[in-house]
Amino acid sequence: MATLTTEMAAAPREAQSARFAALRRREQWRYLFLLAPALVFLTAFYGYPVASMLMRAFYDPSWGGQNFAPLVEASSTVEVLGLSLPMNVYLRVFWITLQIALVTTVCTLLLGYPVAYALSSISPGRANLLMMLVLIPFWTSILVRSYAWMVLLGQEGIINEALTAAGAIENPIRLLNTRFAVYLGMVHILLPFMILPLYAVMRGIDRNLMRAAGNLGAPPAAVFRRIFLPLSLPGIAAGCLLVFILSLGFYITPQLLGGQRDVMVSMLIQQQVDLLKWGFGSALALVLLVLALVIYLVFTRLLGVERVFGSARA
Amino acid sequence: MTATANREMRGDPDGLGALGARVVFDRIEKRYGAVVAVNDVSLDIAPGEFVTLLGPSGSGKTTTLMMLAGFEIPTAGEIYVDDDPIAAVPPYRRNIGMVFQNYALFPHMTVGENIAFPLQMRRMSRAEIASKTGEVLELVGLPGYEGRYPRQLSGGQQQRVAVARALVFNPRVLLMDEPLGALDKQLRERLQLEIKALHEQLGVTIIYVTHDQEEALIMSDRIAVMNEGLIEQFGQPTDLYDEPATRFVADFIGESNFIDGTLTQHDGATACVDVSGLGELHAPARPGYAAGTVVALTVRPEKIVAAENGSAPGMNAVAGVVEDVVFVGEMRRYVVRMPGGQRLVLKAQNRIGVQNFERGDPIRVCWNVADGRIV
Repeated sequence: MATLTTEMAAAPREAQSARFAALRRREQWRYLFLLAPALVFLTAFYGYPVASMLMRAFYDPSWGGQNFAPLVEASSTVEVLGLSLPMNVYLRVFWITLQIALVTTVCTLLLGYPVAYALSSISPGRANLLMMLVLIPFWTSILVRSYAWMVLLGQEGIINEALTAAGAIENPIRLLNTRFAVYLGMVHILLPFMILPLYAVMRGIDRNLMRAAGNLGAPPAAVFRRIFLPLSLPGIAAGCLLVFILSLGFYITPQLLGGQRDVMVSMLIQQQVDLLKWGFGSALALVLLVLALVIYLVFTRLLGVERVFGSARA
Repeated sequence: MTATANREMRGDPDGLGALGARVVFDRIEKRYGAVVAVNDVSLDIAPGEFVTLLGPSGSGKTTTLMMLAGFEIPTAGEIYVDDDPIAAVPPYRRNIGMVFQNYALFPHMTVGENIAFPLQMRRMSRAEIASKTGEVLELVGLPGYEGRYPRQLSGGQQQRVAVARALVFNPRVLLMDEPLGALDKQLRERLQLEIKALHEQLGVTIIYVTHDQEEALIMSDRIAVMNEGLIEQFGQPTDLYDEPATRFVADFIGESNFIDGTLTQHDGATACVDVSGLGELHAPARPGYAAGTVVALTVRPEKIVAAENGSAPGMNAVAGVVEDVVFVGEMRRYVVRMPGGQRLVLKAQNRIGVQNFERGDPIRVCWNVADGRIV
């Protein structure tokens, strides 16, 4: 003990704190080192290709903004809230894309919310078991699942066969290659992306708050509307954002299940690539990316997600 | 004087708090599968009374409270509030206030909105809500806090808001589930006195759950000591402390010595307990005990004194050896090993004239026979 005290007294304080500072720095470098492989990989194989692809919009086939011109060229006009806006085939595709993404988001929310609520209300052990069911779709590729829907929905598909056999219909009804089929397939594929963030937020809601509200005189409907729903808002925001932005870029499902009129931006881009019009394809991709970013920013700002998140944690 | 009379004397018969209701638990039982959480509990709580359910965790005290609040439905029995059976009434129609263990304040609402919530559920007018909210915040000592969010408040302030929210709709019964458990000792002691003062002022019936026996003794009119789903004893704090009904109560409330022995003689006013290696000790007789039963003689440490020649009539006297001494500040706590091997704890005031002993010293201790009790 005595020797230790003497040593401590003898050690110059500056040297000591310099040594500690060096230790802290080394610690920080160690974390950076852990990040490095992923960082290098992403930059080389994702960041660089995406950037160079997007740049093509400005120089392929020649420098300038000519790749964006077809988007603003008006071939007709459309009335929105009394305003006459330019419209052309490309803008219409963007419009359809937004429409499909919106309907898909609303449907997944309506279907996913009750599921997440139920999962978050039962014991965690049982919820994990049921969560497997929610996640099973992830084990099969989107392509396979879209083909499965084709088998179900086709003219000679299972549903039409069954309905005809039951005598409900005389001639097969058109199910495949419709907007309805696109919604069906996309909702099916995107539902887990809605349920997971909803579930995560709902698990974190203190159930004593529901009890307290009941104790204070709130019937179940009021407990839900005044307490549970507002506290689950961060989950709704996260789920909707995720589903909406994933929907914007959907390709395989609308391609396989949709009709001729259900063209989404990603399909349009693929067409341009087929025609070797790389520049215009890049321009479309850039617009889609900016659209997604703008929607993200507007959405988070409108809902004030940070504020809601902050209060739910308190 | 009862709290009700108190309020009427002050000419405030219908102030903020409604007058308390009578609460009766009639042979309440709650099972979860094969587990009996609450076993045949009967309590009759007078209007305006402050009753504490005291017990260790898992004793069934919180389950009992939850059944009164309506969050649990008993498997047998009935609960009455002012003669109305309520066991099957949903919680939101019971009009019973409750302060939760973690306060359960709505995090997305301000203090004002939290307190307004029960009033909105009762469809009160905006003006009425505003005036009542202000009034109740005044009552709990947080005037002007309407606009704050719960997360901006300290633990003690959150606790007061929870009390305000539970009282603002004039419930006739207020339930409190370990409301001070999360606070530090000093704040807890202050709030204990504040809650007690609030109770006297409002006259509301309070049913309080805690595992802290000191808190229960300080605050309650009566205490129900619960253990393994059963009520061991229901009585005033002094009764529980001085006349514990069972060994569990003697052990759980305050500190007790237990001297194991056999009842040799049990008639009239005095019982004789034969302790092996020590001889006979005396205690007041208790009905329901027969000679020959194995019992424990219990005596509180502060009732025992060290005395050189204390073998006066009406006293138990034992010679032993000091095994351990702990200095606690206002007193010394001795562990004395008695002949026969059993130990006795006693507390001696730290003042001039009281002899101090060291470890290993021979000591002679005695206590009044009336201070002992057979359990």
